[in-house]
Amino acid sequence: MIDFTQMTIHGLRDLLKNGEITSVELVESLLARVDALDDKIKSFIRIDREAALAMAKESDCRRATNSELSPYDGIPIGIKDCICVKDDYVSCASQILEPVVSPYDSTAVSRLKAKGFIPFGRLNMDEFAMGSSCENSSFQKTANPFDLERVPGGSSGGSAASVAARLVPAALGSDTGGSIRQPAAFCGIVGVKPTYGLVSRYGLVAFASSLDQIGPMTLDVEDSAIILETIAGNDKMDSTSLPIENNTLDYSSIFSKLPDNLNGVKVGIPKEYFEADGLAPAVKQAALDAVEKLKKLGAEIVNIELPHTKYAVAVYYIIATAEASANLARFDGIRYGRRVEGKDLVDTYFASRGQGFGEEVQRRILLGTYVLSSGYYDAYYLKAQKVRTLIRRDFEKAAELCDVIFTPVTPDVAFKFGAKSDPLSMYLSDIFTIALNLSGNCGLSLPVALDSESGMPIGMQFIAPALQERKLFEVAGVFEKYGVGAKFAPAE
Amino acid sequence: MIGNTIDVKHVAELARLQLKEESIEQLQKDMENIVAYIEELNELDVSGIEPTAHAALLTNVYREDVVAEPYGRVMLKNAPELINDEAIKLPRVLPGEGSN
Repeated sequence: MIDFTQMTIHGLRDLLKNGEITSVELVESLLARVDALDDKIKSFIRIDREAALAMAKESDCRRATNSELSPYDGIPIGIKDCICVKDDYVSCASQILEPVVSPYDSTAVSRLKAKGFIPFGRLNMDEFAMGSSCENSSFQKTANPFDLERVPGGSSGGSAASVAARLVPAALGSDTGGSIRQPAAFCGIVGVKPTYGLVSRYGLVAFASSLDQIGPMTLDVEDSAIILETIAGNDKMDSTSLPIENNTLDYSSIFSKLPDNLNGVKVGIPKEYFEADGLAPAVKQAALDAVEKLKKLGAEIVNIELPHTKYAVAVYYIIATAEASANLARFDGIRYGRRVEGKDLVDTYFASRGQGFGEEVQRRILLGTYVLSSGYYDAYYLKAQKVRTLIRRDFEKAAELCDVIFTPVTPDVAFKFGAKSDPLSMYLSDIFTIALNLSGNCGLSLPVALDSESGMPIGMQFIAPALQERKLFEVAGVFEKYGVGAKFAPAE
Repeated sequence: MIGNTIDVKHVAELARLQLKEESIEQLQKDMENIVAYIEELNELDVSGIEPTAHAALLTNVYREDVVAEPYGRVMLKNAPELINDEAIKLPRVLPGEGSN
């Protein structure tokens, strides 16, 4: 009935329109697929099956009376466990939020619902989005569908694995330092970190407020364009949301008249990314092959410099942990979530936080508290904010020379469980994704090849200046169709 | 500042985190490694550079005060312990003997 290997949102849109499937059939067959495959992958933390089926029935009723909310009415979308869906659990894969039910929809989810999309399940993640492998979830370890002994990446590892395994046609993730793009690359799917402020953070549990963005994780570039234009745009519930109205955004129309070349497009190649220490030969080769294909498609290759790249990880782990230590202060076992009773109020804070947060979250709270503590603020936090300015300027200068920047997403393919037990080596695996969160640029991760040795997907990143998402989708869309020409699916 | 030892117990007090005694040594080692790594920023001269606090570079956003439906009632259901279904029960605030 549905060829899952060919599934996309735009494909399902056409099947629903032509009456070849109903939303109930779609949801039922995805649930059956989850039952058959997710025991091994463990991408979903939980699925409210009744709610999903009830929404699918309502969608089918709307279609029967030609009153569908949009062409996408009735299509399920998976939701990362840090994004609120009304009346569903929100736990950030943490024990400290077990159990908390969200009283409202995040803006991203309410905009998806307004177009008839069906929130489908809570997807696993590193606890509070802190991690690059999904191994920091307090519930379960999600496996990479391409190799069950390897990690799916993180922190949106559940989102990436569920989409890669075709358990759901698309998912929402969140990206603070690469948490959409890195797992997308590890699992062979497309992921977008939008310009900071383009998607409302209302209803996204905050990790590092000046860096967090919600974004799409999908099976192709067109699907990401569809999801992003649905969820993006100004929201009065988020004061950092940019003043761009949702109804002025149009990314998906690019695909009805996609050019077959990249003539006139200037693609910047930053030497700091291509000559980085630890860049695996297979990834480097895939990147160089891709650059050749970009040239063949007519793109003009421009060598650029982003000289402060090597400081991005250090800046990030000061700023992100400082913001996290403040944001996570609200989880104290008093008003909601798990309480561990102590001998008095303050002791209850200590016990609830000590037992409710996992190891990596504690490590980052401690680090953030340390860099903000008396006597260290100027040396660490203020200094990091100044270097953040230098990183932002690097990208501003690059934008004068090129339309988009092209880099690998990760130094290597997905690693095996337990391979990065030292926290610093885990942090360094985000070296190519982190700078964009600091600068506010948008970025897209696109699968381009499989590593011939391991069989694991390799992803490349397109980076564009703030609010140039349309350019990003167009260039990545052309390259996907005429440069890569294939999708990557794990063995069924 | 390189080679600084970090008093993890003191930082944990500030963060109101109860640490497991057996994990303190490892945490201290991890943090000292990470802090040694972030010290590489000291190579850079940042005098005269303005700090960036936010990527969006927005100015203050003002809006009218409006009365909206609060989520308080619904959120109460998430509280660990309630009194008469309408107030959150707290542990005792002042340290001392006696019942809670």
